[in-house]
Amino acid sequence: MNKIWGWMLIIGITVGLITGKSAEVSTALVESAKSGVNHAIGMAGVVAMWSGIMRLAEAEGLLDILTRKMEGLIHFLFPHIPKGHPAEKYISLNFAANVLGLGWAATPAGLSAMEALEQLEEERRVKRHPLAAEIGTASREMCTFLVINVSSLQLIPMTIIAYRSQFGAAVPTGIVLPGILATAASTAAGIIFVKIMGRRP
Amino acid sequence: MNLILFLSNCIIPVIILYVVGLGLSMKLDIFDIFLEGVKDGLKTVSGILPTLIGLLTAVGVLRAAHVFDYVGQALGPIIEKLAMAPEVLSLIFIKLFSSTAATGLMLDIFTEYGVDSWNGWLSALVLSCTESCIYTMSVYYMSQKITKTRWTLAGALTAAVVGVIVSILLTGMLY
Repeated sequence: MNKIWGWMLIIGITVGLITGKSAEVSTALVESAKSGVNHAIGMAGVVAMWSGIMRLAEAEGLLDILTRKMEGLIHFLFPHIPKGHPAEKYISLNFAANVLGLGWAATPAGLSAMEALEQLEEERRVKRHPLAAEIGTASREMCTFLVINVSSLQLIPMTIIAYRSQFGAAVPTGIVLPGILATAASTAAGIIFVKIMGRRP
Repeated sequence: MNLILFLSNCIIPVIILYVVGLGLSMKLDIFDIFLEGVKDGLKTVSGILPTLIGLLTAVGVLRAAHVFDYVGQALGPIIEKLAMAPEVLSLIFIKLFSSTAATGLMLDIFTEYGVDSWNGWLSALVLSCTESCIYTMSVYYMSQKITKTRWTLAGALTAAVVGVIVSILLTGMLY
């Protein structure tokens, strides 16, 4: 993360200076910091709302039902998560919410999953488990989770359909079938990648 | 297809109706449990706020310096054979960092080339099969103070590249 963030800034500022856009870059530095806060405020309400619904679904046992339904898939992707570990529950919910296109609902579940995975790593470190990752290093499960998560799982791209219809596309929903195919391909590539990397020590 | 749209629009209300209805029938303290979750959610958002400021600053600088445009133009000759507009290439790169920025650029492409043009189709497909991986990685990893991400980026980029290639092939078949 240090390298990614650092290089984004270095490349941006250098290119800006060379091409004589120092004024724009200065403005961007100030304005984007502000837009970071605005973005957080904009997402706060909806993420908090879903976080409340998630807690409610958890208390009702709905998350356990969902986890049981998705057990096969989760166990296939994460063979080393012990059965019944809370991470399973949040990963299941995050994947399900992403498939349904509920990005805002996926965020609190995803962050809870990361927390649970970090706890799993802490347990492994205490037990001196051979797979344990060092503090500050992503565990195998975290890498797998993130790769699958960003490979895009959404089945129906609602916002894109809305924009296509707004711009007068002949068949706005024509994107659904090719979209599912492309998404399936990128997710399949992600799964193959994590299965290969997961085998390595 | 309209049925699919109708069902998609029903997802959120139906989920909430179900969760709340079930809670009431189980005689749970639903409002209290909900508010506990909301409180945690707000803590989560305030926890990722520093990451958002850091990330959006870096993305803002990249955009102000037109780095994404240059990437599109620099690779222009390679994609010329595909009849792909340089903007679409910029779009692919910008999508790795920010969904909002990518959506804005997609709308520009719709305006410039037409929503049902080859470039319009390709942009819509690329956006529907990729995620903003740098954004998600930053928010998720930094929430647990993880800086060494091992093979996450490589995996994310592999999935994105395959998604883009398949999108190009599908656009070619559709158009």
